[in-house]
Amino acid sequence: MSCREKQQQIKETVSKICAEFNNDPNELIAILHKTQGHYGFLPKEVQIAVAESVGVPASKVFGIVTFYSYFTMEPKGKHPVSICMGTACYVQGAEKVLREFESRLEVKNGQTTDDGKFSINTLRCIGACGLAPVVMIGDKVYGNVKPEEVNNIINEYS
Amino acid sequence: MDKVKVVVGLGSCGIAAGAGKVYQRLLEINEAEGGLFELGKTSCIGMCYKEPLVEVTDGTGTYLYGEINDKRAEEIIEKHVKNNQVVTELVEYSDKIGGKEQDFVDNQVKIVLRNCGKMDPESIDEYEKRDGYKSIKKILENNISEDDVIKTVLDSGIRGRGGGGFPTGMKWKFARGYKSDEKYVICNADEGDPGAFMDRSVLEGDPHSVIEGMIIAAYAINATGGVIYCRAEYPLAVKRLNLALEQARKRNYLGKNILGKEGFNFDLYVKEGAGAFVCGEETALIASVEGKRGMPNKRPPFPAEAGLWGKPTNINNVETYANIAWIILHGAADYAKYGTEKSKGTKVFALAGKIRNSGLVEVPMGITINDIIFKLGGGIKEGKKFKAVQMGGPSGGCIPAELGDTIVDYDSVNATGAIMGSGGMVVMDETTCMVDVARFFLNFTQKESCGKCTFCRIGTKRMLEILERITEGKGEEGDIEKLQELAAQIKDSSLCGLGQTAPNPVLTTIKYFRHEYEAHIKDRKCPAKSCKQLITYMINEKCIGCTVCARVCPTKAISGERKQPHLIDQDRCIKCGACYDACKFSSIDKL
Ligand SMILES: Cc1cc2nc3c(=O)[nH]c(=O)nc-3n(C[C@H](O)[C@H](O)[C@H](O)COP(=O)(O)O)c2cc1C
Ligand code: FES
Repeated sequence: MSCREKQQQIKETVSKICAEFNNDPNELIAILHKTQGHYGFLPKEVQIAVAESVGVPASKVFGIVTFYSYFTMEPKGKHPVSICMGTACYVQGAEKVLREFESRLEVKNGQTTDDGKFSINTLRCIGACGLAPVVMIGDKVYGNVKPEEVNNIINEYS
Repeated sequence: MDKVKVVVGLGSCGIAAGAGKVYQRLLEINEAEGGLFELGKTSCIGMCYKEPLVEVTDGTGTYLYGEINDKRAEEIIEKHVKNNQVVTELVEYSDKIGGKEQDFVDNQVKIVLRNCGKMDPESIDEYEKRDGYKSIKKILENNISEDDVIKTVLDSGIRGRGGGGFPTGMKWKFARGYKSDEKYVICNADEGDPGAFMDRSVLEGDPHSVIEGMIIAAYAINATGGVIYCRAEYPLAVKRLNLALEQARKRNYLGKNILGKEGFNFDLYVKEGAGAFVCGEETALIASVEGKRGMPNKRPPFPAEAGLWGKPTNINNVETYANIAWIILHGAADYAKYGTEKSKGTKVFALAGKIRNSGLVEVPMGITINDIIFKLGGGIKEGKKFKAVQMGGPSGGCIPAELGDTIVDYDSVNATGAIMGSGGMVVMDETTCMVDVARFFLNFTQKESCGKCTFCRIGTKRMLEILERITEGKGEEGDIEKLQELAAQIKDSSLCGLGQTAPNPVLTTIKYFRHEYEAHIKDRKCPAKSCKQLITYMINEKCIGCTVCARVCPTKAISGERKQPHLIDQDRCIKCGACYDACKFSSIDKL
């Protein structure tokens, strides 16, 4: 597909999403949630398409994307590993769990493995503090995670 | 005889612990047995430490079984449901026979959590059966005036549960006082404190009670629209809220001419956040609802005068709204029976950290911290020593064990230097380093500062650098004083509560654990033996030469012949602690 065709396709997809929200600039956060749900991340071209559809400067969209930690401009892995670094998880040893994931997957927090399979990021509390430390892979939540178990968890997805 | 009822707790905690699988198994069994029992769902019961939980109700009473897996589920069906034999050793609590966790249940007073874990949160019928929507009906059927509703809320003495503790009735009165053709009510469900999950449990377990509270607020201030601002990290809460809103609309609790009351038009929708702590602050929250970056604005004007879209707006926390219907139905006096002179009613706390019974508790204001931690929380895990409890999250502070007799009400907790906050209690034991905890919170607030105020943006960064230096063993004489000076300046010159309170975790730990800071700085030691750079691992004379440590060491820093004492090469050691964890003979010392 040529670059122009790709751009055209992005434009069409994004304008459909924006239309669901009546192209209302006040709904930008909801629009970006939905757009990120579709693409997995929000690269520059997509942000520009959103800005054009709702009729605001691209800088405004960029401002929102960079302000809120939920939005990312980097693609995530097929199985995004999110490690909770909230207070409860931290005092229960979440840092050791993070280090273990980093060393097993050979990438750092915020990065994606070369094969695109896993990415690691940290979260601030998903509200399952009673089961700290907590790790999420995709939508699945793992509670009471011990560093020794990390390898087995990764193997579930290999 | 009625069928035996078997109910599974399917809140986020339960699901994470495997309750979904247990439910599936029970469904299969029930099908195979031709509908032997009535299978139901509920949400968080509060005993997160015993998840997955299953409650059986038969003709004699209720029996709550904990830590259920497939096998235990089968056992319970076989013995209890089929043969009326209670599996006593698995019963956590029963209204008939007590059970292991009787203290945990008996010491609570449930107003906010009145329905949590007792009904299916996805069923409006069950909510109605448990007095749901009776309060708004009572108001409308008896033509109770707006002012009288506000008076009841005022008389109950309830104060905002989002952290600030502002009297709710007063807030409503202000919002009512401003005239406008459009007004809004907002529910703050951003639950920013990392380590707290009260609001999540209420939203997942009893969404209608929050909605009813908001409808009553809308009636009292004449609001025309409303928003529930929920953090995106709570997908289940968002789902259940949307479902509940749909059900409430169908029964005309929301919409036009509500319950036949001419001119009472009000509707609500859910708006998801996108992961910014500062959006819990009310003016930033409003900016975020309007689709902007969540930057706080100057107050006054307060939202009661000019809030969402510049219109008068009342904003309260989830727990605050969840109290309202109960107060209207039972009366202000019944509510004010609980609590202390200036802090009425009950408070929900989320217990987490090094506590045995981590979970959700609701207690009357005025109970002591020790009672919460030892009577309800079951004390500290693994028999360790209670050191401190963190209250109020990034805006709060650490209360040391010596002050365990402090009662929980707004004023007493404030007097310690911490704040009541929204109800997160993270418990710490002797192995938690208080300097590191302070560093943890500063790292959090520094990242979450929106950047508008210079002191909050740069000052927190400088404080963080000093704290990092101290925990790495590079602290300098005078660092403590520098931290105190910066703290005072940041508090003074920040616009919103984030900056004004960000130094609190540092100030309280300096106040109560100054010796730990000094040990880091002067002796290069971490008394809790938690800061990596400040500990040394040594092999003692108990070593029998089993070679386990040498095998787990990732840097090959351990050497020694089989059956001979081993040795750690300190230059190579990266202090990961793998040998310490692996040794079965306590022959590695952490110094
Ligand atoms: C940085 C910051 C974060 C806050 N986060 C929350 C929050 O997550 N939830 C909440 O209910 N209130 C939060 N608040 C308090 C709100 O600004 C506001 O006071 C509260 O929602 C009012 O409701 P209440 O009167 O029922 O407590 C926060 C305040 C600040 C300064
Ligand atoms: S602190 Fe990790 S889930 Fe709350």
